[in-house]
Amino acid sequence: MKVNLKIWRQPDAQSKGQFVDYHLDDINPEMSFLEMLDALNKKLIEQGEDPVAFEHDCREGICGSCGLFINGRPHGPEREVATCQLHMRSFSDGETIVVEPWRAKPFPVIKDLIVDRSAFDKILNAGGFVSVDTGSAPEANTPAVKKLNAEKAFDAGVCIGCGACVAACKNSSASLFVAAKISQLALLPQGKPEAKKRARNMVAKMHELGFGSCTSTEACEVECPKSISLEHIARMNREYLNASFAEEEE
Amino acid sequence: MSHFFTSSVGKKFILSITGIFLMLFLIVHLSVNSLLMVGSDAFNSAAHFMTTNTVVQILEPILALGFLVHIIFSAYITWQNQRLRPVRYKRINRWGSTTWPSRNMFILGGLILIFLVIHLSNFWWQVKFGELDQVEAHGAMVHDLYALVASLFIEKWWYDVLYILGALFLGLHLSHGFWAAFQSLGWSNDLWRRRLKRVAYAFAVIMGVGFASIPVYFLVTAA
Repeated sequence: MKVNLKIWRQPDAQSKGQFVDYHLDDINPEMSFLEMLDALNKKLIEQGEDPVAFEHDCREGICGSCGLFINGRPHGPEREVATCQLHMRSFSDGETIVVEPWRAKPFPVIKDLIVDRSAFDKILNAGGFVSVDTGSAPEANTPAVKKLNAEKAFDAGVCIGCGACVAACKNSSASLFVAAKISQLALLPQGKPEAKKRARNMVAKMHELGFGSCTSTEACEVECPKSISLEHIARMNREYLNASFAEEEE
Repeated sequence: MSHFFTSSVGKKFILSITGIFLMLFLIVHLSVNSLLMVGSDAFNSAAHFMTTNTVVQILEPILALGFLVHIIFSAYITWQNQRLRPVRYKRINRWGSTTWPSRNMFILGGLILIFLVIHLSNFWWQVKFGELDQVEAHGAMVHDLYALVASLFIEKWWYDVLYILGALFLGLHLSHGFWAAFQSLGWSNDLWRRRLKRVAYAFAVIMGVGFASIPVYFLVTAA
């Protein structure tokens, strides 16, 4: 199949970027989107041009590196997939595909389609961890966890930190990411000791780094490759309000 | 609490609380308005009660404050959020993932605010500072607010259009605002979001159709 590409090219963080048009003729519909970009880069290298910089690692939808904004949607038109799991069969022959990096103030472009997502690490450093137990591991079934809580903690825990929620949100809010982390730990006994401090610190950090507020448009939930539910944002709000209104002296 | 009012969750808490307060006011407002369709005596007596009752007098400035806080905070939050995507997307497709009202709450709110100013000058200002006729209703002399409403809707058709549009914008605003308020307060999960959305749509339709039905009623009965 043939594809026309409009790709954002930006040599570095300081330069002004622009869209550049590319055309590819021999694209196999069974190729993944990243393999199509590999084919483009091979062509560019052979022509002596600078290849398109894009982030990728596992190429099986679990590392969260390959976020691209494709035809107006994070990770492209399919539901519940990362960009690496998107295949060219999802596009029509001869289609023009617009490829952009995540757009958000806290995610500055490093080069072309790669953005700096270290803001997420800073949020995690603010509270996305649990107290480390010393001594021998407790017997597995000793701390009782309700099955539903275990399942919901897992649903939150599958977050790969790709940043699609921020990219999709009209306010560039990181609420779904932060909520997934807060929720996962709030639901399990290991997360209880720091629950209040965590909610306060992570929410404050999210705001400090320049992520917006949640307007509940639900775009993040739809675009999340792991379908993380808005329920976790409600839990984050609950945890935060609880931590704020029931603040204790330390 | 130090970061509460500057944090994103804290600001949405303020919007949600004031939003729920304003929705409660809307229920009272529509209930009184529906008496317009019962008759002039019933409505004028109710209007007299609302303008003279001590509890209502105390609530009136609190209501005004609720409006002010809701408007100012939403403007502040929107202004902050607008600056967080300095480079815009070239192509954006949100039709499949979001509803129009959810993306345009501030615009809908702005339209409702414009309507509110006109609406207050039509009625509230007239009751407070205007010269309304006195009329007898249920054995007491009261302001003839019914006549004011009737003359506005029967004699000036553009006000009918304006009030129907106002009701439409309000309905759209509520269709998202109702359930999102509970979501922002943390009173939601997957089960309750489905339930709250159903209630939100029902509430939005009742409010939208309810307020719109008043100008329609006067147009139909006059014709």
